[in-house]
Amino acid sequence: MIRGRDVEKRYGRKRVLRGVDIAVPRGGFAVVTGANGSGKTTLLRLLAGLALATRGDLVVDVDRSQIGYLAHEPLVYRELTAMENLDLFGRLYRVPERRERIGMLLERFTLWEVRNERVSTYSRGMTQRLALCRALLHDPDLLVLDEPYSALDEDGAAVLDAELEGLAGKHTVVLATHDPDRVAQLQTARLALA
Amino acid sequence: MGLALVLALIVAPEDADQGISQRIFYIHVPIALTAYFCFGLGAVKALLLLWRGDERYDLESYVAIHQGTIFGALTLITGAIWAKASWGVWWTWSSNQLVLFLVLFLFYCAYFMLRYSLEDGPRRARSSAVYALFGVALIPVSFLAIRLAEDFIHPTVFTRDGPQMSGTMFATFVVSWGAVTLLAYVLYRVELAGKRLDADLRELREALQ
Amino acid sequence: MTYLADVAALTRKDLRVELRGRDTLPAMLLFVLSTLVVFHFAIPDDAGESAAYGLLWVAIVFTALLGLARAWVPEQEHGVLDGLVLAPCDRSAIWLGKTLATLAFLLAAQAVALPVFVLFFEPLDATALAGVLLADIGICAVGSLMSAMAAAARAREVLLPLLVLPLAIPLVVGGVGAAVSADGERFLLFLLLYDAVFAVLSWASFEYVVTE
Repeated sequence: MIRGRDVEKRYGRKRVLRGVDIAVPRGGFAVVTGANGSGKTTLLRLLAGLALATRGDLVVDVDRSQIGYLAHEPLVYRELTAMENLDLFGRLYRVPERRERIGMLLERFTLWEVRNERVSTYSRGMTQRLALCRALLHDPDLLVLDEPYSALDEDGAAVLDAELEGLAGKHTVVLATHDPDRVAQLQTARLALA
Repeated sequence: MGLALVLALIVAPEDADQGISQRIFYIHVPIALTAYFCFGLGAVKALLLLWRGDERYDLESYVAIHQGTIFGALTLITGAIWAKASWGVWWTWSSNQLVLFLVLFLFYCAYFMLRYSLEDGPRRARSSAVYALFGVALIPVSFLAIRLAEDFIHPTVFTRDGPQMSGTMFATFVVSWGAVTLLAYVLYRVELAGKRLDADLRELREALQ
Repeated sequence: MTYLADVAALTRKDLRVELRGRDTLPAMLLFVLSTLVVFHFAIPDDAGESAAYGLLWVAIVFTALLGLARAWVPEQEHGVLDGLVLAPCDRSAIWLGKTLATLAFLLAAQAVALPVFVLFFEPLDATALAGVLLADIGICAVGSLMSAMAAAARAREVLLPLLVLPLAIPLVVGGVGAAVSADGERFLLFLLLYDAVFAVLSWASFEYVVTE
């Protein structure tokens, strides 16, 4: 599903990624590690389709509508409620049975109680959970998660663990993290960026 | 090549014996036409950048527009000299050509502000390219606007006279035009080569680190 | 058509965000009214009635710039723009949704400002008002795009007016002409031409501005 050889990404003169090889089959679970500044986020952005590689071949064999991306930023509107945010993205992603799906996700991530509160009132952990809901909303074939465990408390992390376990094997996951041991059981491949 | 250029530029005015005002005309109009051409070239390269995605076009578009802006500034300056020589004022709003160039000059100066404010990379290249396309769309639209504006802005006080050109004058004009175009082309190639060299040197330095 | 549904959803979102935040519209309103008052002191007595129309247009352009400067702010908080770009919808729909929302704000501000202008200065006939509407469309269309370009830049507050003002000059000509000239229809046609050319250009090129 993902095949990359000698991938390079530079912004003008700055070279952020260099000589990266990556191969993730359908249903695979790849874990990307590396120090801050090693280019994890850039690589994930390339996989999500937000940027194009400057050099090298990178093929992500999946349609834009089937990619779920979790960035460092939550990618939700501050002034809207959780419901409104998910409703908007649900429409844009043409999610079938939108209401039910949103309800289910909000419940799973324990955001149902605050679904009609504005995101600006949320804690960091709650916002992160909403971001996860957004990424999973359309049941994407490919999940690209950039440090999803950051900002999550134990409960939230547990929910994410369960979610990832459910997805592994059926969906393809690429996950960047500082804590690879957490997902060590699920991983099928490891990529360490220098 | 430079020698030929200089010769052509001097010979052309000397052929014209009608006085400063006419002599400037031989330089002013070719410079204006060359500026238009440069902007057009910049837009073409911009379109190629967006269409093909090859970043080489970014530099070419930028240099073309840079040249265009320089020639645009020269157009305004020579235009002012011409106005002074013909009508005794440094600026007049009744010359549509000059007003158009003023608007375009502002527009393309903003182009450089845009480039200056963005980080180097695909984002900057694409935004610059889009802006360059807006530029060429602006040329006819602005011209129309200025024509229409004559309706309610100061009525034309000075008659806009383009000199009638006899055979020798026309020949001089063409020579002058050719010379200016050649000059623009040379400057374009020189600047482009220079910038490419800069970029290559930088890459080399980085590769060695 | 899903395209229009997307645009509708996006415009609704912008209206909702503004309603909650109430940042932009009140500022635009206050700005345009203050500017009109300043103009009263700025125009000498013998300037003639046409001068007022010119100043009206200056006020409109700068009010629009105020609104445009804030247009993409909700998308920059929390990086939402990436989220929109990733969605399977056409990127141009993002531009159209934003343009329509900005247009709504500008029209809302003018709904108050124009009557005040008539009160303070000169009357406005149907042609003049049509000119205002057409020019609003033009400035919002072009401005949304330029604002998105400037959003990624340093000194974006300064950059936006620089990018927009040269493009706004034909609009000012059109608007003032529609108000002042005996043959106002010509200017309306011109504004229509401007809108057609630049709206299409903005619509088509937005994609390239927000993607790499």
